[in-house]
Amino acid sequence: MRLRPFRMVLLLATSLIPLALAAIFVFLVRYSWPAIHFNGVDFLGGHTWSLGNLYANPVERHGQQVPIGADYGILVFIVGTLSTSAIALALAIPVSLGVAIFLAEGLNARLRPVLSFIVELLAAVPSVVYGLWGYSVLTPLIAHDIGPALRDSLGRFIPFFGGPIGSGYGLLAASLVLALMVVPIIAATVRDGLARVPAETKEAAYALGATHFEVVRRAMLPMVRSNIIGACILGLGRALGETMAVLMVSGGALNYFPDNVYSPVTTMASFIVSQLDSALQDPTGMAVRSLAEIALILFIIAVITNMLARFLTGSSRNVSSV
Amino acid sequence: MSGINWLLSGLAFVVVAVPLLDILYTILDKGFSALSFKLFTQVTNGISGGLLNAITGTLVLVAGALLIAVPVGVLAGIHLSEFGRGRFGRLVRFLDDVLTGVPSIVLGYFSYVTLVIGLGWQFSVLAGSLTLAIMVVPYIARFTEIAFSQVPNNLREAGYALGLREFTVITRIALPLALPGILTGALLAMAISLGETAPLIYTAGWSNFLWNGRLIHEPIGYLTYVIWSFINQPYRSAHALAFAAAFLVILLVLLTNVAATVLLRRTHPVRAGR
Repeated sequence: MRLRPFRMVLLLATSLIPLALAAIFVFLVRYSWPAIHFNGVDFLGGHTWSLGNLYANPVERHGQQVPIGADYGILVFIVGTLSTSAIALALAIPVSLGVAIFLAEGLNARLRPVLSFIVELLAAVPSVVYGLWGYSVLTPLIAHDIGPALRDSLGRFIPFFGGPIGSGYGLLAASLVLALMVVPIIAATVRDGLARVPAETKEAAYALGATHFEVVRRAMLPMVRSNIIGACILGLGRALGETMAVLMVSGGALNYFPDNVYSPVTTMASFIVSQLDSALQDPTGMAVRSLAEIALILFIIAVITNMLARFLTGSSRNVSSV
Repeated sequence: MSGINWLLSGLAFVVVAVPLLDILYTILDKGFSALSFKLFTQVTNGISGGLLNAITGTLVLVAGALLIAVPVGVLAGIHLSEFGRGRFGRLVRFLDDVLTGVPSIVLGYFSYVTLVIGLGWQFSVLAGSLTLAIMVVPYIARFTEIAFSQVPNNLREAGYALGLREFTVITRIALPLALPGILTGALLAMAISLGETAPLIYTAGWSNFLWNGRLIHEPIGYLTYVIWSFINQPYRSAHALAFAAAFLVILLVLLTNVAATVLLRRTHPVRAGR
């Protein structure tokens, strides 16, 4: 066979993508291996994250050198991650569907690109800017207006919305910011799906006497169901891994479960950023390795959500949703 | 009945548009009033001073990321489009999607473990740029692939019929036609890198000084770090710097995005019309 240098170069560049993913997995596993050994399953079920006594001599536990009293449990951060993402998606999914229907069907052709662009801008805003806005606008609003209003309405029937409101930093602020960040992902995919529904399908529904909205609801939305599910899972992946925006508005709870919707929380991703500085104080390095274990879990979650999205969407990748 | 439904969908749009406009208004308003000449002439001094080190640092990091990511992404995209119909191509396409879904902090921590500690580069330009590059390569590859797959096949066949080699057909016939699409991808990658924070915190570090040209062993400042860390300081000068940095970041990101969108709409009128 003839040697083809051009194709070899192309192939080499292409294989860097799988290689990068493999390297991320391998090196995170390798680096966190002592922590995986030391923490065992308690890592996922433990309530307390404690660096232990960093000034005393380390002791040997489970065959590893660790500071006295060191305890690495991330259940609090798992709960924080899941609760912020769940509330964010519960808010974002209906709103995104409304936005997608409005953009795809509710506008004339002249306004459509302009208003679509507004939603696309939402996806372009960097997460640290969302954080800044959440920090300076949203959290005071929650502390003074949204929080009291929710407490005095929903809070009368649902205890989770009652209780002390605090400073505004917490579960609600993080969920609202995440919801805003997820909406453009879901809305853009569903809008593109709706735009691709064949005119014949719509005309058939009209011919049966359906109103415009009935056409959307009964004929078009069922056709894009798999797009909707795939987009929601991608949105979930985004919410689970979001770091900076959550870090700046979540209040940073340590060893503390949220008892109402205003409680401070910490997510796994934001915890990595907020803790590395203190983890570096640990002379045994076990804290830094345990943070690597969190990163590894986030990586696995990202791979699983993407596989699920691909599997449920069923088709090859959606070219126009990039 | 139907009217209420339309009203609700319009309301959903308003619910999304109002916060976005408020974000832009807040940043532009507070950021603009914090702008001054010395932002562009002085370096950061503790929590006051200018942003010259952060502005140049961001540009250096982004330029470095694109220098690494564009060649790799473009070559990978060409491979996927021209020779990627088999199982390997499908696998890479899927992994490309997975890589875009990996949280940026995971990439940052990976680089911290491997480059900053493992290779002993410490906080540095190269560690930061490489992390950003890993993050944006999938986008560039994807845009390149789409751009190349939109080049009509009969043009390639015409080239082969004239006796041209594969290399010539791809670089002289397909590449010029795909160039706007590739550029769109590169601009998008630039916008993403400009606004990122999490992958840089533990790879680029932070520095109050101007970059001295060293690729490793030397931390570098960047704008998003100022936003994140200075807003937590209880000083008015720190907050002003944070908003000024956010103003510059938003401005750069929006301009890059608008350029990418304009380029995309102009080159693919069929796709933009939908």
